[in-house]
Amino acid sequence: MAPRKTERILNLTICLLVSGRYLPKSRIREAVEGYHNLSDAAFERTFERDKDELRSLGVPIEVGSFDPLFDDEPGYRILSTEFALPAVDLDAEEAAVVGVAARVWRHASMAESTRSAIAKLRAAGVEPDASQLASLEPSVQASEPGFEVLWNAVLDRARVSFTYRDGSPRTLEPWGLTSFKGRWYVIGRDVDRAATRMFKLSRMTDLPRRVSRAAAYEVPDDLDLRRLARSLAPRAPTETAVLGIRIGKAPALARRGEPATSDVKLPAGFAVYAVGFGDLHSAAEEITQYAADVVVLEPAELRELVVRGLTAVAESVAAA
Amino acid sequence: MTSRAQVRRLLSLVPYLSEHDGIAMTDAAAAFGISVKTLREDLSVLWMCGMPGLTPGDLIDIDMDAVDGEGVIHLSNADYLTRPLRLSADEALALVLALRTLREIAGPGKRDAVDRALKKLEAAAGNLPATDQATVAVTAARDDIQARVNDGLQRGKRLDLTYDVASRAETTRRMVDPLRVFVLDGYGYLEAWCYNARALRTFRLDRIAAVEVTSIDVAPHEVELKDLSTGWFEALKDAPLVTLELQPSAAWIAEYYPTEAITPRPGGGLIVSLHVTDPAWLRSLLLRLQGEARVLSPDGAGHSAAEAAREALDQYAVLLGTTAGV
Repeated sequence: MAPRKTERILNLTICLLVSGRYLPKSRIREAVEGYHNLSDAAFERTFERDKDELRSLGVPIEVGSFDPLFDDEPGYRILSTEFALPAVDLDAEEAAVVGVAARVWRHASMAESTRSAIAKLRAAGVEPDASQLASLEPSVQASEPGFEVLWNAVLDRARVSFTYRDGSPRTLEPWGLTSFKGRWYVIGRDVDRAATRMFKLSRMTDLPRRVSRAAAYEVPDDLDLRRLARSLAPRAPTETAVLGIRIGKAPALARRGEPATSDVKLPAGFAVYAVGFGDLHSAAEEITQYAADVVVLEPAELRELVVRGLTAVAESVAAA
Repeated sequence: MTSRAQVRRLLSLVPYLSEHDGIAMTDAAAAFGISVKTLREDLSVLWMCGMPGLTPGDLIDIDMDAVDGEGVIHLSNADYLTRPLRLSADEALALVLALRTLREIAGPGKRDAVDRALKKLEAAAGNLPATDQATVAVTAARDDIQARVNDGLQRGKRLDLTYDVASRAETTRRMVDPLRVFVLDGYGYLEAWCYNARALRTFRLDRIAAVEVTSIDVAPHEVELKDLSTGWFEALKDAPLVTLELQPSAAWIAEYYPTEAITPRPGGGLIVSLHVTDPAWLRSLLLRLQGEARVLSPDGAGHSAAEAAREALDQYAVLLGTTAGV
C-alpha cells in the first residue's frame, strides 16, 4: 500500500535526521513503526529497498560506526547540513523566469523532475510567479522512447547497449545528451570501437538497456558538449558562390550574400550576389529548391549539381 | 502515484507548510501542481509521521478540522524538516535545461535574469555532476528582433513584420498582433493574429527579417493557441495526405516531418505518407530533394515541382548554354 510505504520511508528519514549520530539497524527497526511486524528477512529486504529509494532521491544516508556501543554493526545517519538545500535567494525577476521554466518540459518524468525542483525552491522561500511572462512558452520535447533510459544512464554514468539503424549492436559509455532541431543525440565512448561517437536516438531500433552498475566510467574533464553539438550544425562558409537572384525572391539566400557583379547578362529583375557556403551538396540542395528564381553563375561545379538536381526532378514526373 | 514521487513531494511540502501557516488548500495544491484531493491524501500520510517513539506528542501536528472545515492548513511540530532536501542531479539538470531553453527566446532584457537565476541555482545544487551534461539548441531571432517582438508582446502593441515565407521564397510585409512566443522542436516561433491572412499565423523567429513595434494596441481575438504538447502533428492532421517514394539518401525526411505511415523498401528506401497544408511547401521539398523523392499519390501533386525544374533548366540553357539533358 503506497501510503503505508510513504509513511514508513518518511519516518525512516526523520529518524535518521533527528538522531544526529549513527544508528544501528536494530535501533532503526524499533524506532520506525513500519518495520514492526516484519520477519528478520522481510525487514532486511524492506530496509535495503527503502534506503535505495531515499538515495535515489538524493537523500545523503551515511554509513559508519563511530559509536563505541555499536561497534559490531554499521550505523546510519543523515546530517542535516548535507540534507538541506542551501539558501537560494532569488529576486522577483529571477523567480519569474524560474516560474516559466516550470512548464518547459513536454515529457512526463522530466516535467515531474522540474516540478519537484521548483517545489523545493518554494519550500526554501522562493515564490516563482510566471504570470508576468505568460506569453513566453519555451518547450522541450523528448518523444524518443530511449530518452529516459539514456538520461538516467548519463546521470548515473552507466553503460548502455542498443541496436543502431544500420543493424549494428553498440555498447556506449554515455557522456551527455544534446537536442538539435528538436531531435536528441547521445554522445559518448563507443566501447567496442574505442572511439567518441554520437548517436541519434530516433535511429535506435530497440530500447537501450543498462549493462553496468552506476559510476562505471569517468566522463572526460574537457568534454565540451556544446562544441560537439555544433558539429551537427551546417559547416561555416568557406567558399563563395556567385548567384543571380530574382529580386524579392529567395530572401534568406540574398540576405546572407553581398551585392556582386557578373559578365553573364541576366534577364531584367535579377540581381547578382556573392553568397558563402560550407558544403557543396547542401548548397546545391538549398539552391535547387528556388528553381528559376536563382541562377548559379559560379562555381561551375555547383551549377552542375543544381542542373543535375533540376533534371532529376523534371524526369521524376515524366517517368511517373 | 508512486510512493517515490510522494516521498519526494512530502519532503518539500513539510517545510513549505511550516513556512506558510494557514495557507488555503487550493493555493498549496496549485503551488505544488497537484489536485486538492492529492494534497488531502498527502496530509493524511504526514499526520502519521514524526519522530521515533510515535506517541502523539512526537507526530507532526496538522489541524485536520481546519483542513476539512475552512480548507486551510496549520502544520506544526516538524522542526527537524524546516529546509527542503537539496536538489538531485536529475532535478537540477531538468531545471537548468528548461531555463537555458527559455534564455534563447527571453531577449536581451530577461536574459540577464535567466543568467543570474542559473548561476544561483548551480551554486545551490552544489557538487553535482556538471550541468553541462545536456544541452538544447534553439534557433531563434537576432537580439534586436527578439527584443522588439518581446516588447510588443509584453506591452500589447501591434507589430509591423517583414517575414521570409520559405515555401514561397518571398519576403512579405504584414501587420500582426503578437499573442505568444514559443519554442517547439528546437525553433523559436511567434504566434500572432495576421491582418493580411485574417487568421492566426505562426512565424519562425529566425525568418523575421525586420520588425517595428507600432503604437497601436493589439485587438482582442477569439483564437485558440496551438497545443504544444502534441507537436506539429495535431495541427497538420486535417491536411491532405501525399505519398512519396524516398531513395535511401532522402529517408531523413521521415524523421523530420510528421508522417502518417512509413513502409521500408528493399535497399533502404521508404514509402511515406505525410500531411501537406501548402502545395508550395511540397514543391520546394521535391526540388530540394533533387529527384530523390517521387510522388506516388495523389496524381499531379509533383507536377508543379517538375514544371518549375523545367523552367529553370530552360533558363540555364538560354543564359549559359547549359544543355539541360531533358
